[in-house]
Amino acid sequence: MEKALSELGQMDELAVMESPIHDLNAAAKLLSTIVYIITVMSFDKYDLSGLLPMVLVPVLMYQIAGIPVHTCFYKLRIVLPLVMAVGLFNPFFDRAIMLKIGTVGISGGVISMITLMLKGVLCLMASFLLVATTPFDSICAALRKMHLPRTLVTLLLLTYRYVGVMTQELAIMTDAYHLRAPGQKGIHVSAWGSFLGQLLLRSMDRAQELYSSMLLRGYHQHFHYAPGKPFRAKDAAFLILSCLCFILLRHINVAELLGSLIVR
Amino acid sequence: MIEFDNVSFEYEKGKPVISGMSFRIEDGEAVGLIGANGAGKSTIMKLLLGLVYCEGHVLIDGTEVSKDSLHHIRQKLGFVLQNSDNQMFMPTVYEDMMFAPLNYMVSREEAEKRVDAVLARLGLEDMKYKYNHKISGGEKRMAAIATILAMEPEAILMDEPTSALDPYNRRLVINTIRELEQTKIITSHDLDMIYDTCERVILISDGKIVADGRAEDILRNKELLEANHMELPLSFCAR
Ligand SMILES: Nc1ncnc2c1ncn2[C@@H]1O[C@H](COP(=O)(O)OP(=O)(O)OP(=O)(O)O)[C@@H](O)[C@H]1O
Ligand SMILES: [Mg+2]
Repeated sequence: MEKALSELGQMDELAVMESPIHDLNAAAKLLSTIVYIITVMSFDKYDLSGLLPMVLVPVLMYQIAGIPVHTCFYKLRIVLPLVMAVGLFNPFFDRAIMLKIGTVGISGGVISMITLMLKGVLCLMASFLLVATTPFDSICAALRKMHLPRTLVTLLLLTYRYVGVMTQELAIMTDAYHLRAPGQKGIHVSAWGSFLGQLLLRSMDRAQELYSSMLLRGYHQHFHYAPGKPFRAKDAAFLILSCLCFILLRHINVAELLGSLIVR
Repeated sequence: MIEFDNVSFEYEKGKPVISGMSFRIEDGEAVGLIGANGAGKSTIMKLLLGLVYCEGHVLIDGTEVSKDSLHHIRQKLGFVLQNSDNQMFMPTVYEDMMFAPLNYMVSREEAEKRVDAVLARLGLEDMKYKYNHKISGGEKRMAAIATILAMEPEAILMDEPTSALDPYNRRLVINTIRELEQTKIITSHDLDMIYDTCERVILISDGKIVADGRAEDILRNKELLEANHMELPLSFCAR
């Protein structure tokens, strides 16, 4: 558990690798990611066949970025079940048969469940790719350029940093616990209350001290984000092409198109 | 110049941590603050930095530490925290070192030059792009000192700079401190280190000054030290 969390806190290292995707301007990537997520979300809840080709986008991007797709699922393994759980109840509410494969009828609920799960996973993959290929500072700088409120962006950056602090404290505490409770798997329910309380207090203490360390070094309500990559012609090209591609995928049902080609 | 004028302070009502303390530190002095656990050394640092407020006056170069003067005063003081983990919050050593100069409106190129100069001076060039969560305790301490030097402060405050360091890194930190020409205020239980780095020592007990004088005199005074939960520095015990 703490390993899974601390890996989340160590994304900075992936973000400074080199690849055509890493080399793109943060704002271009951010916008493209937002458009992708909106496109994915806009698919009808029964439109599984339309959504499927959208899988190609992240898969291709991960390839170009040189980040194996499984690192995303591995690093996000604690969040993934939550995303997957979203559509879990649909099969119970929506029992109308939509599709028959042989004699087995598939209800609308099952299809909408799969569609929802896929949407969740795709959004997760896209956001992960953004964070994994862009230093978090640059993302924040891009958000500022888009005139998001300063306080909000600073909050975002600090939250990102504090996740690291929390996970370190969590690691120290679980180690201390296991050293005195040998052979026990996980942490006993009776200790959860005090464990969580302590974790919160300790993280707050450390956050407080980190914050004073920032103040002592002249922090004055705004971060000086590293300038990041400039917005060049190729960033514009990437942004326009990728958005066009998403819109095409949204409006042309590739699966159906291929199907009709083969039938003919 | 740093001045405490009849300063009293308590975290909780009725439990004074500093009571009626006065002292004066001239520019360029190196002063060791010593005393038992809980004597109030870290609290003195916090008062100087305006992290907590007190009764009485704390003056830095004649300016009283207050909400309005904080930005100005903190630019003059560099503070090396007792726990370096809480000092370094950017992903890499380099970004951490850039943080203060950028906040004080130094241009990026200028700041970069400063960072490189400090790293070269401490012999830490290869640490520049290391990740803060991947360096050892000793390296982190050196990096923390480097981030403070990149601020170019007029005075440097250090809380336990040699705690948890191996002898090699301890010696490295001591030699680094000795070469700094700024005003220095150092707290430690490592009296040998204090003897190596400070000419003057202020001994504190229960929030009061018990002795203030030449390091040579105070650190050789066995009775005084033992009465305050300390022992003679090892370098005096030998033979
Ligand atoms: N945040 C706080 N709230 C309440 N009391 C505190 C707080 N911080 C310190 N104290 C108390 O103030 C007193 C002085 O603490 P301080 O940290 O200044 O001691 P110190 O001389 O630095 O000790 P050490 O050598 O252990 O670092 C102690 O009795 C401590 O219990
Ligand atoms: Mg202390």
